[in-house]
Amino acid sequence: MTASHAGPLSRRDWLLSERPASRMQARLGRAYVAWRRFSANRLAFLGLLIIIALLVVAAFANVLAPYSPTFGDLKGSRLLAPSAAHWFGTDDLGRDILSRVIFGSRWTLYVVILVAVIAAPIGLLVGTVAGYAGGWIDAILMRITDIFLAFPKLILALAFVAALGPGIENAVLAIAVTSWPPYARIARAETLTVRNSDYIKAVQLMGASPFRIVLRHIMPLCISSLIVRVTLDMAGIILTAAGLGFLGLGAQPPLPEWGAMIASGRRFVLDQWWVAGAPGFAILFVSLGFNLLGDGLRDALDPRSGDQ
Amino acid sequence: MTAALSADRLEVVFDRFRALKGVSLEVQSGESFGLVGESGSGKSTLLRAIAGLAPAASGSITVNGKKLGKRRDKAFYREVQMVFQDPYGSLHPRQTVDRLLQEPLAIHGFADGEKRIQRALDEVGLGTGFRFRYSHQLSGGQRQRVAIARALILEPAILLLDEPTSALDASVQAEVLNLLEDIRRRRKLTFLMVSHDLAIITHMCERLMVMQNGEAVEHLTADDLVERRVSKDYTRNLLRASDGFVRA
Repeated sequence: MTASHAGPLSRRDWLLSERPASRMQARLGRAYVAWRRFSANRLAFLGLLIIIALLVVAAFANVLAPYSPTFGDLKGSRLLAPSAAHWFGTDDLGRDILSRVIFGSRWTLYVVILVAVIAAPIGLLVGTVAGYAGGWIDAILMRITDIFLAFPKLILALAFVAALGPGIENAVLAIAVTSWPPYARIARAETLTVRNSDYIKAVQLMGASPFRIVLRHIMPLCISSLIVRVTLDMAGIILTAAGLGFLGLGAQPPLPEWGAMIASGRRFVLDQWWVAGAPGFAILFVSLGFNLLGDGLRDALDPRSGDQ
Repeated sequence: MTAALSADRLEVVFDRFRALKGVSLEVQSGESFGLVGESGSGKSTLLRAIAGLAPAASGSITVNGKKLGKRRDKAFYREVQMVFQDPYGSLHPRQTVDRLLQEPLAIHGFADGEKRIQRALDEVGLGTGFRFRYSHQLSGGQRQRVAIARALILEPAILLLDEPTSALDASVQAEVLNLLEDIRRRRKLTFLMVSHDLAIITHMCERLMVMQNGEAVEHLTADDLVERRVSKDYTRNLLRASDGFVRA
């Protein structure tokens, strides 16, 4: 039917076909519907562009950065104001701030991705297992979650860094350890709403093991709300990492991490605002990008909205 | 002839509420047995207790002469399958028909999945055009056909039907009932069917049990029902209600 058409319209028809002919087509069609809903949201699209820009900048930092991020000209270019030679000016050690911001994007991405990769699966696993198993397993897992949830994030991260020593890896670990409990809560709440539904009962009646039900039938239902939440949390993760850097407990000099850059620029913030301002704006834009993206994803992925 | 399925003084208690008060029944192999009663009479609970979805507090359930324990094993699920009442709630919202049908085959380790899925879809009158659709792309009747295909794909001998057509509109209802009747004849299945609609039960079942407040009121044959040979007032009321409104 769709094969007789030609041009771009037929590809769209193929994707939106009511009668997909293969597993692949069904999956692509579904992704296409989600993508259409997502890209109809201008602000979310802007957020996506910001994140793509961040990825590109991080990937090509060596090419894009005009100067070295760690070596500066101490003799001739300390604390220069923004100019054609140094777009964002230079810091107190004569290093080009633009180059440092560009290389700093790598560390920001590193922190954000690592935290998401560690925290989200832990939260998902704890939440779905607790929600599906119920009883004392639920009680134990959720009390552990409550304990972690009761600590202020930054303070617990501080304690971890104090115990493990400063450094960006330990900062990542500290943030990951403190950020999984909300994910567990979300996954558990989501699990509780579906565990007594007929389609889960039907799978039980197939003789599926609890392990299989959680992994293959419940987790896929929790993942979209979790993705949304993680994306919205990205900004918070960046800020916590920056906060740890600012307190001198995250990235150590001379690593060009944005939070640490603001901390070192604090001394001249009244006279040479650009030293702290440039990384500050970088954090602002990236956080904003993740927030906009998260909001858009919520609209596109939430199964309760629309006719998914 | 041995009983394919029997329950003996079955009790189900939810938080001190006795949903089932010592109900016994016996379904012969190849027979279609109906459970009738108003809402809350315990007929669905009885079905769920047999399937293992509701905990039996006491009493016993026997399938093909084998007494069931608290935990059902895989062999039980190949013998007994269930079709749920609401086709909008019984299909996973994020899985295609193909995935839904593949799951039982994967669990029980069937190798010839491709062929079986094809056959199951043909049997319930859905062509391959439906195979890769998500459940939200199907109508209520099509969904229930998928649910029936899923129940049949493990080739069970006993099918538990929990008001399989009450969520469908009248014309689709007839189609699905005919399909079930067809499949039963072809595969020589045993049906245990719950319904509040006496017309459906008289059409589908040979024998039936009337239930009220978690207890069996009386056992009847379909002919008894047609000829109004009932002994209890409760059943008489049900019959009168099923005749519909009478103009004064």
